[in-house]
Amino acid sequence: MLALENLEIVQGSFRLAADMQLKPNQTTAILGPSGGGKSTLLTALAGFIEHSGDIHWQGESLRGLAPAKRPISMLFQEHNLFPHLSVAQNVGLGLRPDLKLSGEDQAKVEAALSRVGLAGKGAELPRRLSGGQRQRVALARALLRQKPIWLLDEPFAALGPGLRLEMLELVEEMRAEQGATLLLVTHAPEDAKHIAAAVVFVGAGQAYAPVPTTAFFAKPSKELRAYLGK
Amino acid sequence: MGACAKPVNRLAKPLGIAALFVVAVLVLAPVLALLSRAESGGVSAAVWPAIRFTLLQASLSAVISVALAVPLAKALARRAFFGRGLMISLLGAPFLLPSIVAVLGLLAIWGRSGAFSDLLALVGLGPLDIYGLNGVLLAHVFFNLPLATRMLLQGWQAVPAEHYRLAAQLDLAPRARFALFDAPVLRGAAPSALLVIFMLCMSSFAVVLALGGGPKASTIELAIYQALRFEFDLASAAQLAIVQLVIGLAAAALAFHFGKASRFGGGLGAPFQNWDRRRGPMLLDGAVLVLAAFFVGLPLLAILAKGLEGLTALPSGLWAAFVVSLVVALVSTVLALGLSLALARLIEISQRGGAIELFLLLLLATSPFVIGTGLFILINPFASPFALALPITALVNAALALPIMLRILRPALSRVRHDYGRLAEGLGLSGWARFRLLTFPQIRPELGFATGLAAALSMGDLGVITLFAPPDVQTLPLLMYRLMGSYQMEAAAGVALILVASSFGLFYLFDKGGRGAGA
Repeated sequence: MLALENLEIVQGSFRLAADMQLKPNQTTAILGPSGGGKSTLLTALAGFIEHSGDIHWQGESLRGLAPAKRPISMLFQEHNLFPHLSVAQNVGLGLRPDLKLSGEDQAKVEAALSRVGLAGKGAELPRRLSGGQRQRVALARALLRQKPIWLLDEPFAALGPGLRLEMLELVEEMRAEQGATLLLVTHAPEDAKHIAAAVVFVGAGQAYAPVPTTAFFAKPSKELRAYLGK
Repeated sequence: MGACAKPVNRLAKPLGIAALFVVAVLVLAPVLALLSRAESGGVSAAVWPAIRFTLLQASLSAVISVALAVPLAKALARRAFFGRGLMISLLGAPFLLPSIVAVLGLLAIWGRSGAFSDLLALVGLGPLDIYGLNGVLLAHVFFNLPLATRMLLQGWQAVPAEHYRLAAQLDLAPRARFALFDAPVLRGAAPSALLVIFMLCMSSFAVVLALGGGPKASTIELAIYQALRFEFDLASAAQLAIVQLVIGLAAAALAFHFGKASRFGGGLGAPFQNWDRRRGPMLLDGAVLVLAAFFVGLPLLAILAKGLEGLTALPSGLWAAFVVSLVVALVSTVLALGLSLALARLIEISQRGGAIELFLLLLLATSPFVIGTGLFILINPFASPFALALPITALVNAALALPIMLRILRPALSRVRHDYGRLAEGLGLSGWARFRLLTFPQIRPELGFATGLAAALSMGDLGVITLFAPPDVQTLPLLMYRLMGSYQMEAAAGVALILVASSFGLFYLFDKGGRGAGA
């Protein structure tokens, strides 16, 4: 169980409040207008910005934990890879932050790369890859880190619709294999319908408690109707 | 609040504070030593001419450099021509050129037995005399006209191309164009250019040492040198150094007031498309460009030509001086690099980063000569300052390079932090691993450029070393100066060529090392 207790984030005139519990081992989509605070919420969970209130994972508080010590892997919209390190090194950072990889570690890196469909690309530099392939590298790294919570901040927003759905399916498959808890920020309702079990709506300074996806779209709230333009 | 912990490397803060302490002691201890030695009760009458000449030559140098830079920068900004890139590179050369070498080149062109005097003799006119104010101004304009031009050029190139297109469409009159484009650029760039050049000329010791002299053309720094070296009068030296310090701080405060000075090495890309095809302005721009190319280029060619001749007359002691210079340059570069990395990190993570930066820049506005004088007085009771000539030179050169390095490295470090900070923190990349795997590869080009500048400047510096060096210790610039002092001009020219080659070579090697990664 991931519990957000009286969470409040204040940045200048921007405020976001959240108080909810998220079920483990499933995908929750975070939906809402841009500028509403979706990314801010994830950034706070990952430990990058200050907030009041508390976050609990399986009963343990995350208070005061550095980002690397949290049970969390986060994928950003861009800049997920270091451009001067090879694909394999970028993935290897998930095992050893100082990159002192044993032979066994290197085998794990290669296996993770095959899992995301990039077998044999380990020696390439990121700039030789397409946008979709780069995000696959970041996914391979998340796979190796074996953290129970995955936060995805629209990492596929720049991809075409076909490729985006393909990537979402890959993510969902991998998540199910690891039994991870996935929070996916998106502004596309079809993404949520495609892989999410529940939806959290974020808008007007408030993150609303999760609603099962089918119910969420069947009986849209006032805010959601405004967002969808219906 | 406080639910998130910033995983700052535990060592970063103590290291940064230690570096700040080192710099503060390095600057403040000499200043305190000066204050303790200077006699109270006003500035002695003998000092006034030096103060007057310092202010006069620095102001005139600044005004002339900027005034001449206006037509030159304008011509470079609005004309596309073959060799424009080369011309802009040529304008970068004087910055790396050791000042004593430049003096030699200027003497070869403008001196009593230089090329122009020979030409004048053909029509029966007397030889030129460039010792005194004329010569100091000539050398300072040679160094700073290019600098001012680059600063102004950046201003003109910041004007969006659309504005020029609009002006062409509306067929604005020259007066309107001036008010729209030129006046704002000059208002923005000219004050800081004037102040930067004023400060550089205030403390340009080597030029005045070689071309000035005598009671009529002696700067404060030259007076300090004479008081220390010839009269061993510590009290007057201290008093002079304090005057120099006060003027320097006042100029620095003004410079801050007028905002940020230019970035060195910024984009000086393509000229804007020019639709003005009128004959008059085109001829005028052409003439300005040709004159400027000759003004900057001829002394450089003279250095090369005379230097090649002089290679047959190289003095003994050359290679020893070369090794001394190289070691001093490398030590001061490493020192400056370590200090600036630690300080840049401290400025980044500290709550009072802005205040620390300002404090540092003010500290470093102190002239190296003032620091040197203070160190001399500080060391004198305990050890012979002459025995410590080289370590002190390396230390002072490091202090000299520090602000330049900080200025180049700070933006690069913030960029890395902005782009990859969160990713690195999320992955637990910290400490040495973070530097090795992320920071170093990312800032490598800036690191190469900054260390190259520091090494080249230290290699060519003729400043504090003159205060301390005993007769048997010399760097390449000092060897050159001593040869010039004993009228061995051919040997001096040969040494000059070796010195330029070493300075430019060091810069090239470091800069290339930075680009090598191709990241």
